[in-house]
Amino acid sequence: MLPMFFWAFVVGGLICVIGQLMFDVANLTPGHTMSILVVAGAVLDGFGLYEPLVDFAGAGATVPITSFGNSLAHGALMEAEQHGLVGVLTGMFEVTSSGISAAIVFGFIGALLFKPKG
Amino acid sequence: MGKKKELSPVQERYQELQKKHELKKPILKNCLRAFLVGGLICTVGQAITYFYIYYFNFTEQTAGNPTVATLIFISMLLTGFGVYDHIGQYGGAGSAVPVTGFGNSVISAAIEHRTEGFVLGVGGNMFKLAGTVLLFGVFSAFVVALVRTLLSIWGVL
Repeated sequence: MLPMFFWAFVVGGLICVIGQLMFDVANLTPGHTMSILVVAGAVLDGFGLYEPLVDFAGAGATVPITSFGNSLAHGALMEAEQHGLVGVLTGMFEVTSSGISAAIVFGFIGALLFKPKG
Repeated sequence: MGKKKELSPVQERYQELQKKHELKKPILKNCLRAFLVGGLICTVGQAITYFYIYYFNFTEQTAGNPTVATLIFISMLLTGFGVYDHIGQYGGAGSAVPVTGFGNSVISAAIEHRTEGFVLGVGGNMFKLAGTVLLFGVFSAFVVALVRTLLSIWGVL
């Protein structure tokens, strides 16, 4: 259990360092950086490389935004195995539904609860 | 980056002057902070993952889903009370890259625009910042899944 916490910390931290380098060295905006990381996650899943990382680092791989691209591609691929090409569209949000729905629901609740500052 | 224009000598001298006075970014320090903050958020995520595995019968593979939702809930509270801004200023990419950053961008846009009304303000602007992540995530996942499915149909994979 403890090594899992350690690897979650290290791998998650390293992915954030990649993001920071894209901010500072490549001078990309946060929007560009996030987009590139999401695409990277989807492509890594296409090669079957992201699942081993999740097994190895747990939340270190599932918490960074790269996992969003990974789970989108993963859902599409799982459904495509059963239903062929149609599954690519129908399965897209199958795995990642909780992230999107949580963002929408809590975003709205947040807007109801909190007033903008300044 | 824009197109390189022909510069007059005066402009060149100005560019040199500007370069000399440009603030050097403390890249190493920023990276260290991003590593610490990002790592800590992922460690908290790992604790939440274990919580779901032990009490709600999720497996290691499926526990990522409720973990992400819980982290977004936490980032709603932190964003609403104005704490996430401070974390973001300290951690840089360490607070932006984890899903809490995605949640923060949705929730802060929703809170910021509530004065314009719930339909046009909150509804219309919620995904102003996070929309690009959704667009490129969905489209790249579509392309990746399409290519892999076609390859397996044609018997290449």
